[in-house]
Amino acid sequence: MNQNRPLSPHLQVYKPQVTSVLSIFHRITGVALSAGLVLLVGWIFSLSLGENIFKYYAYFLGSWLGLLIMFSFTFALNYHFCNGVRHLFWDAGYGYEISTVYKSGLAVVIISLLSTCLIWYFILMNNA
Amino acid sequence: MAEFSLPKNSKIIKGKSFSYKGKSENKKEFNIYRWSPDDTENPRIDTYTLDMDDCGPMVLDALIKIKDEIDSSLTFRRSCREGICGSCSMNVDGTNTLACLKSIDDVKGSVNIYPLPHMPVIKDLVPDLTNAYKQLESVKPWLQTDDKPVNGEERHQTPKEREKLDGLWECVLCFSCSTSCPSYWWNGDKYLGPAVLLQAYRWIADSRDKNKKERLKELEDSFKLYRCHTIMNCTKTCPKGLNPAKAIGEIKKLQLET
Repeated sequence: MNQNRPLSPHLQVYKPQVTSVLSIFHRITGVALSAGLVLLVGWIFSLSLGENIFKYYAYFLGSWLGLLIMFSFTFALNYHFCNGVRHLFWDAGYGYEISTVYKSGLAVVIISLLSTCLIWYFILMNNA
Repeated sequence: MAEFSLPKNSKIIKGKSFSYKGKSENKKEFNIYRWSPDDTENPRIDTYTLDMDDCGPMVLDALIKIKDEIDSSLTFRRSCREGICGSCSMNVDGTNTLACLKSIDDVKGSVNIYPLPHMPVIKDLVPDLTNAYKQLESVKPWLQTDDKPVNGEERHQTPKEREKLDGLWECVLCFSCSTSCPSYWWNGDKYLGPAVLLQAYRWIADSRDKNKKERLKELEDSFKLYRCHTIMNCTKTCPKGLNPAKAIGEIKKLQLET
């Protein structure tokens, strides 16, 4: 008899749903924030390296790629923050009903998207 | 480190398709995970087509019909066929449930059936639950007290105390929730998982049990309890409509209070 039992499929077959997708997104944005922090530290560090380096850095951040990265960083920050608040409610013992979980999840996505757009609206308006 | 892909011996290969012999146009395809310890082949997906005019309403009815009429080698656990025994838990249409409580009509298109996820497979839809049962045993799911019941009667509870067990005692230990939990997939050897933690809380919440402190201390562990990241797949999937995530949340809260 073959005792080398297979492992049943998991990620391969389990349906992605609001619960798991928002959760993994919380972790992904968390990792992204750490990476983004390095970018910010690099920005400050470039100051100490003199005007030329700082200008290069600022030029990169002002390019479409830099702006895209910073836009994503803002969204990651807002999402991670809002979902973090959602986690605080859970830790306090509230919001465990599935209907509530779906509503709060939707709220987190909408609020983080809106606030990100709003922040960037003001940034781009001020620079125009 | 979590292993996201399947080991070599677990990769699914193409299986057999059984031709449809019915006359009705009202038919449905069932794609079912198959693996047998009797040969050395990898798991495969076999496809069966059933006449829905001549089949009971639940996924379990379809499985029994397939076993009776098409392929007697198909292996699965079942007993009560009414959601009380917890035997026929499996992954149907991408989420875990009891086959006997899952209506075939709820599934659009063909019905994909797999064993409970990320478990060693004994045969076809039968997973090895040894580890899960050991974990259940580890939380001592029985009454612990030195008190003797008064006059040899049963131990009394007020209706309020009894109410605290609602939503907990109904668990049939099908492990749908534990095997829906990504955290349990990656750390199932050390993390107790939602089913067992709900059972643990069932005894912590019981006014007749006098070992609450010890029970909480036993759970105060970064792996046993705190691998729960409130993903909530468990509550979403529970075929009995219970809320293991909330039970775990209650345990975490009590850890702060004691």
